[in-house]
Amino acid sequence: MAHGEIWTLKEFFVTPNEYIYWSIQIVMYPFMTGVVAGAFVLSSLYHVFGIRQLKEIARFALVFSLALLPVAMMPLQMHLQQPMRGVEIFITPHFTSAIAAFGIVFTVYFAIVASEIWFVYRKFIVETALSLRQKTDRTMAEGFWHLTYSALTLGSYDISEKALHQDERAVKILATIGIPVACFLHGYAGFIFGSVKANALWMTPLMPVIFIMSAIVSGIALTMLTYIVVMEIRGFIAARKRTAYDVFQSTDDIRGIETNVIRITSKYLLFFLIFAISLELLDLIFRGYTALKTWDILRRVIYGKDFFDIFILQYGIGNLVPFILFVIPGLTIRRAVAGVILVLFGVFMMRWNVVIGGQSFSLTYAGFMHYIMPIIPHDMETFKEGLFGALLVMVTPFVLFWGLNKVFPAFREI
Amino acid sequence: MNRRDFLKYSAKGIAGLTLPLSTIEIVSPGEIFADKGSGTRWVFLVDTYKCTGCGLCVKACKLENEVPYEANVTRTWVERYVLTKDGKVWADTPKGARDGFITNKIDLGEGRFQDIKNEDIQKAFFVPKLCNQCEYPPCVQVCPVGATYQAADGVVLVDRNWCIGCGYCIMACPYGVRFFHPVYKVAEKCNFCYHRINKGLKTACVQACPFGARMIGNIRDPEDPVSKVIRNGRVGVIKDEFGTMPQVYYIGLSREVV
Repeated sequence: MAHGEIWTLKEFFVTPNEYIYWSIQIVMYPFMTGVVAGAFVLSSLYHVFGIRQLKEIARFALVFSLALLPVAMMPLQMHLQQPMRGVEIFITPHFTSAIAAFGIVFTVYFAIVASEIWFVYRKFIVETALSLRQKTDRTMAEGFWHLTYSALTLGSYDISEKALHQDERAVKILATIGIPVACFLHGYAGFIFGSVKANALWMTPLMPVIFIMSAIVSGIALTMLTYIVVMEIRGFIAARKRTAYDVFQSTDDIRGIETNVIRITSKYLLFFLIFAISLELLDLIFRGYTALKTWDILRRVIYGKDFFDIFILQYGIGNLVPFILFVIPGLTIRRAVAGVILVLFGVFMMRWNVVIGGQSFSLTYAGFMHYIMPIIPHDMETFKEGLFGALLVMVTPFVLFWGLNKVFPAFREI
Repeated sequence: MNRRDFLKYSAKGIAGLTLPLSTIEIVSPGEIFADKGSGTRWVFLVDTYKCTGCGLCVKACKLENEVPYEANVTRTWVERYVLTKDGKVWADTPKGARDGFITNKIDLGEGRFQDIKNEDIQKAFFVPKLCNQCEYPPCVQVCPVGATYQAADGVVLVDRNWCIGCGYCIMACPYGVRFFHPVYKVAEKCNFCYHRINKGLKTACVQACPFGARMIGNIRDPEDPVSKVIRNGRVGVIKDEFGTMPQVYYIGLSREVV
C-alpha cells in the first residue's frame, strides 16, 4: 500500500500520487517548536525587558523550554520514512532547503538555552556542590548528586559578588540573542510551509510571522498551564501536610503568588493572541479580495469542507472564547485554566488547519482529500503517524521536565 | 594550564585545523555530470490528439521501473477530460489509467461515479502526465539533504541511498509526480527511464505507446525530430506560472488542463 493511502480519502479529480503525506506528526512539529519558542520568549521578557512581575514564571519557563527542545525534533524524526537517516540533515545540509537550516538553528538555540540556564543556576550549582562536598557520610544518592553538580560547575566555583554580577549580565545577553533565535527557530518552521509555491494555501510571506505570533501564544499558554498545575499540586501537599512546603508558608501563600503571576502573564498572552488573530484574518481577507485562480478551491475548503475546523474550533472555541474569558475582569485560576487550555487547543487547530487543510485539496484544483487520523495502530506506521504517536510527543516534555526539575529546581527560591 | 591558556590554545588549534580542511574541495554530483561535457538536454513531447487513453504507457512504466503494479502510485498517468454541453468539466484518472478508460463513467472517488451520455459530450480528450524535468526544479531546491539533484542533461534524479523520506519534495512539486516508493520507502519519480535513454533506448512509455503520442528527444540537437517540433511548432506546457520551466511539451493543450 502506498504511503498515506490508509488515511487519505479522495473525492472528485485527484491525481494518482496525491495523498496526505504530511500528517499528524507534522501538525505536532510546529505546535511543539512553537511552544518551545514561546516559553523562551516569555522567560526573556523578564531577563531582557526586566518585567519583574514575571520573575516567578520566567525561570520555570526557561527550564521548561529546555525540556521541550528535544521534543521539537521528535515529530520530524517520527514522520521520516527513513528515520535512521535523519542525522543526514546535520551531515549534508542542502542549504537551498528551509529544512536544512534546522540543524544549525536548533543547535544554536539549544546552546543558548543550555548556557542561559547554566548562568541562572550557577550560584545554586556551586552552593549545592560545595555543601555536598563538605558532607563526610554521603549516601549513594548524595554521592550521585555531588558528582552531577560538581560536573555542572564546569570547574568554576567563583560565586563572589562580582562573578554573580557577571552571570547576570551573561544571562541578559543570552536572553537578548535568544529572542531573535527563538523567533527564527519558529519563523523558519513557518517558512517551510510559506515557501511551498505549489501549495495555494501555504504560500504567503505572512506565514512565518503568523507562526511566530501563534508560537508565543501557545508557549505562554502552556507555561501558564504547567505553572498552575505545579502550584496546585504544591498547595495540595501543603494543605495535606498542614506544614510549610519548601519556601511557601501556607496554601494561601501559594494561592496569592499563583493568582498574581497568572493575571500578569495572561495580559501578555492576550496581547500576542490579538496580534496572531489579526494576521491570520488579514491573510484570509487578502486571499479573498485578490481572488487569484486558486481562490475558488481555497474558498471551497475554507468556507466549506473545513468550515467547522477553522471557524468553530479554531477561531470560535480556540480564540474567541478564551479571549472573552481573559478580558472579563477579576481573572480566577479556574478561568485561566479553561482559557489557556482553549488557547492551546486553538493554536493546535491552527497548525492542523494549515498542515492538513493545505493538503485537503488537489493540485488539479478540482478535487479534495480527507484525512482520517489512525486511532488504533495496527502497525508501526499507523502508530507513528496516528493518535498515539502524537500523544507520545505531547507527553515527553513533561517527563523530561520532571527529570530536569530535579537538577534545576524551577520553583524553589535559589 | 589556566583557563585563559586553554581557550587560547583551543582557538589556535581550531584555526590550524581549518586551514587544511579548506583545501578540500566539495564536489556536487551535478558538477561531475557537467564534466562529461553533456550536449544533451532531454525533453518530452506529448501529442494529445493522438492519445486514446489506452493506458499501455502506464502499464509499461510500472513494469519497467518496478513500481508495484497494484500500488495506487505511478510515475506516469493519463487524465481524461470530458466537457459536457452545459459547460461542465469532468476529469478523472482511475488508477492512473493503468487499465485504460473502459467505461463512460467518470470516477468521482470514494466509490462514486458520474454517468455521462454520449450526446451530452461537447468534447473529450486525454492528457498523459509525467515528470516535467523542470529547468528550475522546486523539488531539488527543497530537499534538505541533497538526495535529489538535477543531472546536466536536465533529468532530475533521486538517490535512494540518501533520501530521508521527509516528503518535502512531494509537497514542493506543482505537478504531483512524486510519491513514496512502497518498497524502498524513499521519494520516487519519473526519470525519463534514465537507465534506458542513456543506452540510446526510448523510455518505456514511448516504446509502449501504439499511437506515437509520446516522444522523447534532445532539445540541444537541432536535427532531433522532437526538438524540431518544439522549436517550430505550437506547443504548450503545464502550470508555467510557477516559474519552474517545465520540459514536457504538449501539442493540443486545452485550457481545461491543469
